[in-house]
Amino acid sequence: MMHASLDLFLAQGMLGLNNGVFYAMLSLGLAIIFGLLNVINFAHGALYMLGAFIALIGYSYFGAWIGVPGFHLNFWAALIVVPLIVGCFGILIERTLLRWLYRFDPIYSLLLTFGVALVIQGLFSNYFNMSGTPYPGQPESLRGIVNLGFMYFPKYRLFVIVFSIVICALTWLFIERTRLGSYLRAAAEKPDLVKAFGINVPRMITLTFGFGTALAGLAGLLAAPIYSVSPLMGADLIIVVFAVVVIGGMGSIMGAIVTGLALGLIEGAMKVVYAPASNTVIFILMAVVLLVRPSGLFGRQGE
Amino acid sequence: MTPTSEARASTLAPMLSVHDLNAYYGESHVLHGIEFELREGEVATLLGRNGAGRSTTLRALLGLVDRRSGSIKLRGQETIALPTHKIAPLGLLGYCPEERGIFASLTTEENLLLPPVLGEGGMPLDEIYDMFPNLLELRRTMGTRLSGGEQQMLAMARILRSGARLLLLDEITEGLAPVIVKKLGTVIQRLKQRGFTILLVEQNFRFAAALADRHYVIEHGKVIDRIAADELDGSEDRLSRYLSV
Repeated sequence: MMHASLDLFLAQGMLGLNNGVFYAMLSLGLAIIFGLLNVINFAHGALYMLGAFIALIGYSYFGAWIGVPGFHLNFWAALIVVPLIVGCFGILIERTLLRWLYRFDPIYSLLLTFGVALVIQGLFSNYFNMSGTPYPGQPESLRGIVNLGFMYFPKYRLFVIVFSIVICALTWLFIERTRLGSYLRAAAEKPDLVKAFGINVPRMITLTFGFGTALAGLAGLLAAPIYSVSPLMGADLIIVVFAVVVIGGMGSIMGAIVTGLALGLIEGAMKVVYAPASNTVIFILMAVVLLVRPSGLFGRQGE
Repeated sequence: MTPTSEARASTLAPMLSVHDLNAYYGESHVLHGIEFELREGEVATLLGRNGAGRSTTLRALLGLVDRRSGSIKLRGQETIALPTHKIAPLGLLGYCPEERGIFASLTTEENLLLPPVLGEGGMPLDEIYDMFPNLLELRRTMGTRLSGGEQQMLAMARILRSGARLLLLDEITEGLAPVIVKKLGTVIQRLKQRGFTILLVEQNFRFAAALADRHYVIEHGKVIDRIAADELDGSEDRLSRYLSV
């Protein structure tokens, strides 16, 4: 009996972790963007959805559009192409829209990104099935299941967990341990002084926004084979991700990653303990954290 | 310091010349036509009361105000319309802000290596650590864990490493123990001997008087007087009138 329940915990833990890596990757992008730009990117969920749709379109529709019905953008190529396109789209948003709002209160950029999210969602709602379209491009090599000892787990989901954690770890290493990363940290603290030293901070801001949005697009692509691709997939997820960001503390890189993973696990564990609460446990934690430590678990208090 | 050094300096090319500089923060007009000049190898100070516009003058040179107009020539090149990040490389400019500007999320060494190298002649790391031995021991410590004096040395060291030749130093002695102030005086003296051009904003007049070739007195965003080092003895009344509250 004891053994069975441990297995159950581990199994739900794996499924929770599977959600957790999406929380981690999305809140990581939000944290990086907020750290440097002071912008709360409400379009993050829509960009995640955009990533999934680009993968879907590339696989199922693009060939027909260009008159080559046999063309399918395969999953491995999409791993490069999708973040690239979504990142470029992010850069376009930053260059043409966000840039003009930095000198005003952050509420304006929040409203702008909220508007951008609605426009993207509206566009896709117009042309695609609201209840979702399956993404058929999951590679053959990642089909099937693996035996983890305590459960049989879909090979693809295991790939997503490992791949996402690697991406998060590399991002962390880049920001915390490299010279370019030190520019980023410094510019997040005192942008004026970093400019005065002769570093092109406006360009860093553009690239950072592009990178953060590329992470959202990548998460969308990874989600496409698991969940069906729908115009509202991002809107549903982003609410949870914002709760994660609030719990972890805005602008903390490690905080975003750890909190994302941990909350996925907690959600999973809750499914075993008291399943009806599993969807709300994150928001309950958010409320508690806001009361006890308003700057978040990893946030810098009083700064 | 002496009439001869003043004469020698005046034969050299102007490193920095500021003409009719106006600066604004939002709606408020802070600088009203600042005028001054600094030749290569000179040390000058901006004196004045708090809020007179001395720090703003330094910030305006770097484009760190909301709006500015007039003329700022660095080595003969107009920079008034340049974005901030292009100014330091063009003028080989090193800036040490008020409050020192040490980054809390960077280690001492990361702080030291942050400013990009602007040109040749930057001080090599071993020479920096020779001049500021504390920084070597503390190189893995986060920047703001350092004491005030150590932070000030770090703020100086990092602009020396970048190869800056014109140093803008804002209140570097503020809040520091006399022994540290003395050490800073020695550092500035050494830099002067090496031909650095230095613009000091200084509250500590005794510190400034021992180092500077010339003093500009700023009041209400204007330069209202200019006193050469050799005129200081006769100008004490004037100065105490300017600086007293």
